[in-house]
Amino acid sequence: MNRIGAWLLGLWSALAYGLLYAPVVVTVLFSFNAPRGRFNLVWQGFTLANWRQPLRDAALTQAFLTSLGLALAAALLAVLLGGLMALALERARFRGSRSIELLLALPLTNPEIVLAAALLNLFVGIDLPRGPLTLLLSHSLFCLSYAALTLKARLAGFDPTLELAAQDLGAPPLQAFRRVTLPLLVPGLLAAGLLSFSLSFDDYVVSSFMAGETVTLPLYLAGAFQREISPQIQVLSSLVLLVSAALLVLASPRQGQGRP
Amino acid sequence: MSPGLLWLLGLYALPLLALVPLSLSEPLSRFGLETVFRGRVANYLEVLQAHGPILVRSFGYAGLATALGLVLAYPLAYAIRFRGGRWQPLLIGLVVLPSLSSYLVRAIAWTSLLGDQGPVLALVAALGLTGPLDAVGLLRDGRLLNTATAVILGLTTNLLPFLVLPLVVAMERIDPRLLEAAADLHASPWRCFVQVVWPLSRPGLSAGILLSLIPAAGDVVNPLFLGGPNDRMIANTIENLLLVQLQAPRAAALTLVLMALITLAVLLQLRGRGAQELPLP
Repeated sequence: MNRIGAWLLGLWSALAYGLLYAPVVVTVLFSFNAPRGRFNLVWQGFTLANWRQPLRDAALTQAFLTSLGLALAAALLAVLLGGLMALALERARFRGSRSIELLLALPLTNPEIVLAAALLNLFVGIDLPRGPLTLLLSHSLFCLSYAALTLKARLAGFDPTLELAAQDLGAPPLQAFRRVTLPLLVPGLLAAGLLSFSLSFDDYVVSSFMAGETVTLPLYLAGAFQREISPQIQVLSSLVLLVSAALLVLASPRQGQGRP
Repeated sequence: MSPGLLWLLGLYALPLLALVPLSLSEPLSRFGLETVFRGRVANYLEVLQAHGPILVRSFGYAGLATALGLVLAYPLAYAIRFRGGRWQPLLIGLVVLPSLSSYLVRAIAWTSLLGDQGPVLALVAALGLTGPLDAVGLLRDGRLLNTATAVILGLTTNLLPFLVLPLVVAMERIDPRLLEAAADLHASPWRCFVQVVWPLSRPGLSAGILLSLIPAAGDVVNPLFLGGPNDRMIANTIENLLLVQLQAPRAAALTLVLMALITLAVLLQLRGRGAQELPLP
């Protein structure tokens, strides 16, 4: 490629990154804004006051903690259920395993609203009141497919003879699994867990149908958009972003280690 | 195995199938979600008549956002794969990072960027483009907020990573020696691209389009935050039918129509190649 072409490609890529980062930069910037009125949406002036009191908005903090707990529980449940499914599908070829794989992949092709409508109808039908339980059930379900398929891909990638070798050396099957398979699965389990966590933590559509009186962070944000956007929203989001960036750096492969 | 399967059957397959009889029912009263089955096929005709235009609009917005996203994402993926060098993991991480912040917070940020006192409109005014952009319909009365432009822009930023990642994955499978061979055989860079890179990146393209189009067509947040009353999309309508108007049968009918259309799009894109095309970490 000639020089002008390379230059244009770089410029165009910068434009794409610019679009991706415009809302992120604005969020971080507005965490330092001293807003006039209830909506922190127009730039007025620089202040550090918001960062000195990141938890001043008590309802926001509560919603944040609720989402944190829900996402942890949903991710744990999804990884547990998904891990077992992935093991069964990858290790044992049995009748119907193809249809189960299809059933597992199918939810990925539905927009969230489809799942939300179907689950609301179910819970209304069996008279289960909407609240923490229905939130956990629905979140663990939409995380399940991602978790199971991620883990299945990881399992497919590693050498089953390692486990056989351990057994040849006299390890009972359960010990071979615990000492050989499980440690090799840890990166996959972490990836599936993090993916499930972020899906659950950021979910709005399904939650808005399932929450009842419970207020998760995205539900709080949707309400705040009508009511009051406190600068603490931007402060908390910047903090979440900072932690995510740190996790991303920690999770990324080192030089020469190969990509996952 | 079995608890996961129980989850999938009890919380997914069964409730989804239950939408079929519900879509043929009638509400029992105007004040509750109870319904009675009547075999009422007319529900489908009525929702298509009432909400058909919104359905078309939803796929229009999602399609435009995906197309706009591709124009940005394809060259970016190409640059990351073939020009990224040792910075490649970092460049990929930078594509993912914004999606780790809440998409509602990003929508809120867009409202300050696109608002009447925001920097984008100030720039447009400074360039003297307010009139022309208004004339072509990208602005509405000199405003950006509450327009289709804002909704599509919001959708595009949300779906960009879902386009870039599968494209990078597909391009990584391209053996660089193929490009060297093509160059050795005196193919121009353009011909290298058209005959080697483009065909080999097609699987990533299909996967990316699906991963973008599906959530975009069913999005609730961007039309609500960035669009006006005339830019609502189909998921807003379904939500409204279910939670506000308590018209569960019509909501079910509309949901099934949406699902059928998306399944059709999936089948057209994958054409029997199967779900292993979907890139997962």
